[in-house]
Amino acid sequence: MSCTVPDPLNAHDLSTDVAVIGGGIIGLGIALQAQRAGHSVTLIDPAPGTGATFAAAGMLAPVSELHYQEENLLPLTLASAALWPGFIQALAEDGYPETGFRSTPTLALGADAADRTALADLREAQTRQGLDVAPLTIREARKREPLLSPNLGAAHLIAHDHQVDPRAVAAAIEARLVAAGAEGQDHTVVRARATALLHEDPFDTRSRTCGVLLDDGRVVRAREVVVANGMGAAGLGGLPEGLVLQLRPVHGDILRLRVPAHLQPLCTATLRGMVRGLPVYVVPRNDGTVVIGASSREDGSAGVNAGSVHQLLRDAQVLLPAVAELELIETTARARPGTPDNAPLLGRVAASDGTEVPGLVIATGFFRHGVLLTPIAALITTQLLAGVRDPAWDRFRPDRFSPALQPQEIP
Amino acid sequence: MTQTLTQTDPLVIDGIPLGSRLIMGTGGAPSLDGLGAALVASGTELTTVAMRRYSAPAAGSTGGTNLFDLLIENNIRVLPNTAGCFTAREALMTAELGREALETDWVKLEVIADEHTLLPDAVELVEATEALVARGFKVFAYTNDDPVLALRLEQLGAAAVMPLGAPIGTGLGILNPHNIELIVSRASVPVILDAGIGTASDAALAMELGCDAVLLASAVTRAQDPVAMAQAFRHAVIGGRLAAQAGRIPRRTHALASSAMEGRPDL
Repeated sequence: MSCTVPDPLNAHDLSTDVAVIGGGIIGLGIALQAQRAGHSVTLIDPAPGTGATFAAAGMLAPVSELHYQEENLLPLTLASAALWPGFIQALAEDGYPETGFRSTPTLALGADAADRTALADLREAQTRQGLDVAPLTIREARKREPLLSPNLGAAHLIAHDHQVDPRAVAAAIEARLVAAGAEGQDHTVVRARATALLHEDPFDTRSRTCGVLLDDGRVVRAREVVVANGMGAAGLGGLPEGLVLQLRPVHGDILRLRVPAHLQPLCTATLRGMVRGLPVYVVPRNDGTVVIGASSREDGSAGVNAGSVHQLLRDAQVLLPAVAELELIETTARARPGTPDNAPLLGRVAASDGTEVPGLVIATGFFRHGVLLTPIAALITTQLLAGVRDPAWDRFRPDRFSPALQPQEIP
Repeated sequence: MTQTLTQTDPLVIDGIPLGSRLIMGTGGAPSLDGLGAALVASGTELTTVAMRRYSAPAAGSTGGTNLFDLLIENNIRVLPNTAGCFTAREALMTAELGREALETDWVKLEVIADEHTLLPDAVELVEATEALVARGFKVFAYTNDDPVLALRLEQLGAAAVMPLGAPIGTGLGILNPHNIELIVSRASVPVILDAGIGTASDAALAMELGCDAVLLASAVTRAQDPVAMAQAFRHAVIGGRLAAQAGRIPRRTHALASSAMEGRPDL
């Protein structure tokens, strides 16, 4: 395979089977799975695990995440939730057991009468989809979680919505990638920014993708390139002509708090509240901290928003009055990569003539589901690398918002 | 029929004719695609956007990736609003932001008293209206359903007054129809019923009371099926407008047969 790269050829250039652009949890998961499948991999990111993954609460919650009009996403989220225990177990067997995985349930809570109605309506939709959501009396809910406010309107038990700690998972995967990297290969994780895709024919961006240009001038030559750098994907040079990656930043503010000893445990289940129409969640961690989130802002402001912090703490206290006693140790804001239909951009890219651009897989736009969808994104991507395409996932093709590419009919 | 109606009976504000008397908001939409589909289904030609909640379109922005691109794509005029402002000063700054980013003098002025009721603060509202009119804005003033205040805003130069049916997001409908009727009867600028709409009949009632248009957001964006609900509102607004012009029958205590009994053949 020939690959045209900028002159002069650099002695520092790298060569690998699969180059993964982006070291968020999606890119890391894909790199891990590709490595397990026997490929040599190079993960490219100036600072892996510091984007949306750094903020994410890590809820594995296909049931409580079900939104009206988004039923199409459910097969993907359910499939991925089912893959998580195996994903965790494999990491543990490799010697990386610290992932913060907890198979505790989720409680969906409503504050007032209108929230109670909204949750009941949503439960009907969830039940229609065959999902398991059991109503509890407030007394039953408080028997499980004694620090819950007595002043709640509704409680539902969602037994199969679990959680991981995304920071721990990202660190575990990165360590596993590096340790299992090919003997003598020091470029399993390359801390640089990818600036452009390189193609076999440098004048045709729909020709085979054969590498990645880095901001330090080096080139990573690869048989396959996976674009998994979230919001950054749309700004890459050399994307196939006509491909429109419709990504917009949807910022979330999220808080981390330490629970003092006398209040341990603050809660054992993940609590997802609807408080006077606004969502808030409290996720307990193994280390005695809790995560409270998350706002959803499209104001383009990257910093932590004071009003959001106030609102999250106010609403969390409606669920758990003891939140007022906690130590606020971190406020974080990150952008989720949002797409027009809230579903990911995942798969190969159509060329105009009905074929697909060889050597390229797109995996971005995971919006608020990045952590949950990591194992399925890794599985689908490694299948594509092996030449296997499951038509069930065609509706998530990355070219579906690109009129010029005449995406194939979705069955 | 609906086509003919909107063509022959446009809503004219500031000299601009609008084919639909349904003005939409964007807050609460679950996805950009879903919002686009609902806006198209509503038939709206004017949609209000909170300048404090959405980053303005970047100069020379290329991709159809944000809310503003979506509106442009669907030929929908943008009405920037000052939602989230608690003082006249904040409202002024937000209005200037909207004018600069969207190149329009139109602004929906919202000055909220507190976040529990989201009711307008009448004193700040009056002050902000006066200041914005002086700066050349066309002010759509979101106000309480107070006939005195509504008239005052008009006197200060508001291009349209927008009394609320009920507090924002409550879906309680029109709590004081008599006041809305009174506002309409004394206004010489368009009256747009804004906020509190829950379902289609609320919008039809607003039009029957004589309002020139209806503005709503949550009732569509937070509905389980936003597209179907948007269609419902499209028809309700047209229905209410036609009914208001058609001359309803008086309310009677006693029944009155629709056909007279005299002269009927004895079959």
